[in-house]
Amino acid sequence: MNLDGIMQRAKEEWKALQQSDKTLICVGSATCGRSAGALDVLEAFHTELKNKDVSANVIEVGCMGPCYAEPLVYIVKPGRPGICYRNITTEKVAQLIESYLVNDNPMPEHAMGTIGDDLVEGIPRLFDTPGFKPQKRRVFKNCGFIDPTNINHYLANDGYTGLVKALGMTPDQIIEELKTSGLRGRGGGGFPAGRKWEAGRNALGEEKFVVCNADEGDPGAFMDRSLIEGDPHALLEGMIIAGHTIGADKGYIYVRAEYPLAIKRLQIAIAQAKEKGFLGSNILGKGFDFDIEIFQGAGAFVCGESTALTLSIEGKRGMPKAAPRPQTTEKGIFDKPTLLNNVKTFASVPLIITRGGGWFASVGTEKSKGTAVFALTGKVENCGLIEVPMGITLREIVYDVGGGIPLGKKFKAVQTGGPSGGCLPASLLDTPVDYDSLNAAGAIMGSGGMVVMDEETCMVDVARYFLDFTQKESCGQCVPCSLGTKQMLDILKDITQGRGRPTDVELLVEIAEAVKDGSLCGLGKSAPNPVLTAIRYFQEEYEAHINEKRCLAKVCKALISYYILQDKCKGCGICLKSCPVEAITGEKKEVHYIDQSKCIRCGMCLEKCPTKFSAIECIPGQLNDGGE
Amino acid sequence: MEERIDMILSSHKPKVAELIPLLQHVQRELGYLPEEAMQRIAKYTRLPESRVYGVASFYAQFRFTPMGKNTVMVCRGTACHVRGAERILEETERQLRIEEGETTEDMEYTLETVACIGCCALAPCIMINDKVEAKLTTKKVADIFAGRKSG
Repeated sequence: MNLDGIMQRAKEEWKALQQSDKTLICVGSATCGRSAGALDVLEAFHTELKNKDVSANVIEVGCMGPCYAEPLVYIVKPGRPGICYRNITTEKVAQLIESYLVNDNPMPEHAMGTIGDDLVEGIPRLFDTPGFKPQKRRVFKNCGFIDPTNINHYLANDGYTGLVKALGMTPDQIIEELKTSGLRGRGGGGFPAGRKWEAGRNALGEEKFVVCNADEGDPGAFMDRSLIEGDPHALLEGMIIAGHTIGADKGYIYVRAEYPLAIKRLQIAIAQAKEKGFLGSNILGKGFDFDIEIFQGAGAFVCGESTALTLSIEGKRGMPKAAPRPQTTEKGIFDKPTLLNNVKTFASVPLIITRGGGWFASVGTEKSKGTAVFALTGKVENCGLIEVPMGITLREIVYDVGGGIPLGKKFKAVQTGGPSGGCLPASLLDTPVDYDSLNAAGAIMGSGGMVVMDEETCMVDVARYFLDFTQKESCGQCVPCSLGTKQMLDILKDITQGRGRPTDVELLVEIAEAVKDGSLCGLGKSAPNPVLTAIRYFQEEYEAHINEKRCLAKVCKALISYYILQDKCKGCGICLKSCPVEAITGEKKEVHYIDQSKCIRCGMCLEKCPTKFSAIECIPGQLNDGGE
Repeated sequence: MEERIDMILSSHKPKVAELIPLLQHVQRELGYLPEEAMQRIAKYTRLPESRVYGVASFYAQFRFTPMGKNTVMVCRGTACHVRGAERILEETERQLRIEEGETTEDMEYTLETVACIGCCALAPCIMINDKVEAKLTTKKVADIFAGRKSG
């Protein structure tokens, strides 16, 4: 079939689904949805529709972003605007079918919002709600709306039109368009994509490679996974355009083996793209060959570094090459020129080609164009995936999109960039989110992890946590990184365990500077960032740990105590029975007592003490005996 | 065992770039990388055994001991951490009487930690085989394992 025929048929299939006389039910079944029970919900729809003899089209879609509302179901009843329902359980499935599909009550109490212009009484427009209004969906526009295993859905939503257009352009025109767009690498470094592609284009060599880094290793970051699971063709299309631009005929997607669903969806997408002639030999009859292979990363954070990643693909230990390092665009896989970009970078390219670099640059700040995607998590009401215009403030993200801090707690910090990034305090909440402003504040844009922390988060402990991660992930070949991070970690452990010395903060800063200056690769160079920002903005917490032996956030076990309030304890014995180390004593109906020398501060007693008594309290500092 | 390993090997080309996919394939089939498999992989790819071991031990995915019947994975992602993952891990270790990375003597449970399960809105969480146990407290962890303890 020719291209027009393929596009035509895809549009017809999409239209038939959208304008069918049957209800369309879309269940968000990406990994995040599945964790919350989406597959049970999906099965419940099939069973209940059959039981009630209602006919409907049920499809699986990717993730729309609001993880806090998973499982998410989107229902389009003929003649009605689509309604997005939140926290759907198997029980609610039966209710929804009965109330909305059989009768006509759209159950606003379970709805999050409608999609489209028309309104349903009692339900807001989804994109007008506070959590969505500041967002701008570009890269994630298809996620949650199309079936990622059906290429026709992608095609019907402008899919592969970027490739068709790009194949009619010269490589220089494509590079020019990218430069106009101002797109910068979305993996965290922020290198201008146009310049990188130009270097790839200019590199000399018969054989060249295009590689996508989908080895999302930051703990707490899942943007790339969601994008692949929800819209895999967008990535493929970007990579194929890259192949055409730099003159490569082979691409690799380096994706974490821990992402089985993403890998499966990529495999399906690759097969479908080949079948339709968008991938493989003689693409769209233009004489251009390009193939994509999936390489499963075996779990090494350092492989996010370009030279380590290429070594890993070659079947070696992923240890970054020593400086002076060749540019990957010059010497990458098997020493051939290799263009390496992140998932979101590639996925942005089709949009730039289709709609123009100017369109892309219409959003954002002077030096950071387009949108930023974050996995917003931690102590925030609305955890999930967000796409916001560059230049939005951290405050808008935390309080508007994120809905603020749960349980009325006080905001303490927001962390971006994961183990390479930093923690910013409340005084910097009005910092605009763009590469340069975040750098200036000591954090980084990073690949998209954003963790919110409240008054119950200990900043010394968080610094220790990130360093524990980087220290384990250090490849071990250079001394500043492998031993420096170990030294820093030991000092931080001492501080959190009550053995901190007054000179420790100074020593930490000194080692941190040495690790930054002396490490071979980005992992080591950025590893001290979380510690340095924590010292810069939260020095009083370090001092409380070191000088007063108190953890104000009540996190560090050696620096807190549990005790029983004498006037509240009724001697019910529940805590006594639950204590794993028999630290609690007391006769029935008499006030109980915690032996501080035995207590391991697991907090089990506090959790088990009936709320009507609330007789157990946790306080910063060390108690010598159990009474108060 | 020999035959199974050779079957797996024969589905890959004997070249260095295939080493990681090969190790992954063997582990997928056998659950871990026994010494015998490592030796055969070395022979097949014509690499020194030290090199094969060097690569396998570099990456977190590979294991050299068999797994228990059930896998318990405690998420240590940042979102879980700030919501108390450390306590969850400690309680799980206490309940199973093993430490992270170990398997119970009766081969019922293997306890592992994972950088991030990716359901941060449900933090802190653990995954027992394919099932996610969400929004945990130490109390909930104790309850989960109370009924499952193998002795």
